[in-house]
Amino acid sequence: MAYSSSWSRALVQISPYTFSAIGIAVAIGISVLGAAWGIYITGSSLIGAAIKAPRITSKNLISVIFCEAVAIYGVIVAIILQTKLESVPASQIYAAESLRAGYSIFASGLIVGFANLVCGLCVGIIGSSCALSDAQNSSLFVKILVIEIFGSALGLFGVIVGIIMSAQATWPTKAA
Amino acid sequence: MYGFEAMTFNIHGGYLEAIVRGYRSGLLNAADYNNLCQCETLDDIKMHLSATEYGPYLQNEPSPLHTTTIVEKCTLKLVDEYKHMLTQATEPLSTFLEYCTYGHMIDNVVLIVTGTLHERDVQELLEKCHPLGMFDSIATLAVAQNMRELYRLVLVDTPLAPYFSECITSEDLDDMNIEIMRNTLYKAYLEDFYRFCQKLGGATAEIMSDLLAFEADRRAVNITINSIGTELTRDDRRKLYSNFGLLYPYGHEELAICEDLDQVRGVMEKYPPYQSIFSKLSYGESQMLDKAFYEEEVKRLCLSYEQQFHYAVFFAYIRLREQEIRNLMWISECVAQNQKSRVHDSVVFIF
Repeated sequence: MAYSSSWSRALVQISPYTFSAIGIAVAIGISVLGAAWGIYITGSSLIGAAIKAPRITSKNLISVIFCEAVAIYGVIVAIILQTKLESVPASQIYAAESLRAGYSIFASGLIVGFANLVCGLCVGIIGSSCALSDAQNSSLFVKILVIEIFGSALGLFGVIVGIIMSAQATWPTKAA
Repeated sequence: MYGFEAMTFNIHGGYLEAIVRGYRSGLLNAADYNNLCQCETLDDIKMHLSATEYGPYLQNEPSPLHTTTIVEKCTLKLVDEYKHMLTQATEPLSTFLEYCTYGHMIDNVVLIVTGTLHERDVQELLEKCHPLGMFDSIATLAVAQNMRELYRLVLVDTPLAPYFSECITSEDLDDMNIEIMRNTLYKAYLEDFYRFCQKLGGATAEIMSDLLAFEADRRAVNITINSIGTELTRDDRRKLYSNFGLLYPYGHEELAICEDLDQVRGVMEKYPPYQSIFSKLSYGESQMLDKAFYEEEVKRLCLSYEQQFHYAVFFAYIRLREQEIRNLMWISECVAQNQKSRVHDSVVFIF
């Protein structure tokens, strides 16, 4: 084996456990960031608009619930991912199978985290516009809600792909 | 960065934007104006207004109402709402809201100085000042004899101080100088406001540029028309035009040499946005010009509400309220003087 120093050598020498742990952290952390971002965007507009039009509060909590769902997706995927983490005998840590498992958990976490980030942002911005429009004209609420539903589907796509990705994370079980 | 305001605007401005949109939904609409135009007496007007949002402000007024009382109470509503928003605002929105009132400050300063020149009582003048433009040392304006004293005694502590650099002279104040002072101050104010909005960037800069450019162009046309036939020289006239807007710089060159309304019309018809305004007037008629400008302004102000996450909605709200108060004043005056046929001459519907 050549002992040249190159980036590909460096990447391959990072433990798959590191990649997995970072993937799980990103899955939950960035999802919650997206959800919180969306909730404050919707919430501040909702509070201000509800002063003049108190009837909008109960209906527009749906926007907040859609944002919250994004955080729940992140929690579910993080729990699934961490059940996929197994211990591997020391000689097998840098085997190709282990690296593959580590990378797939990392990628799954990244997918879910960033899909939920943009989904939470999207639902939050639409929710803010929905609250302001509903305050002026209550027939607009249901129509804008349809847009929000399409927006929240984005997070769902991320979760589906992330779960499929992590389903193939099989660690090697015994010394080859 | 234009286009990404939605991500961070609501941190500081979300609540207040929702509040100002709530206030805007309380503006009088066409049905209200139709009811008001059919009133016979001022008490009828008070009764119709008590069903709108002006109710709490007018209900305690004793029965022989004057038009000035109605206007004063309605202005009080605007002031209350403005103060409510200003106390809750953070930077840079609070500076923006303060900029919106400097125009009134300038008008108040000119009102007191002119009134003192004509030997009116200071208290009486203070009551006529617009409440949005009051500042602490305003009563001291009555003492000043020329502009240098005006600046040194009173205005150096106000936000208007930087606008005075172009017009400090030691000449005594008389009517002509005061009008020139008013227009010079307003020019400096508009340019400063424009620069401030450009610095804010994003959607605020774009929409406010359009609104302020229209204001600058409108003032240029009004200055031109009002100074036809007076002793204001062409160079002086050109110095009063702002240095931004659709008409800058070529339109200003042409406006500066205009001597009557038809030449002004000829200049303005070269600019498509203003062509539609001037095409509504037949030749030789200037009374409808004010109304045409107000209608165009209201149209642009209402359009600013189509976009979310910017500050121009606050500016637009203050201007739309002022237009509504002008409408109410016109309707009250027509009713009080029994000239109901002329009521629709000058009312600009907002919705």
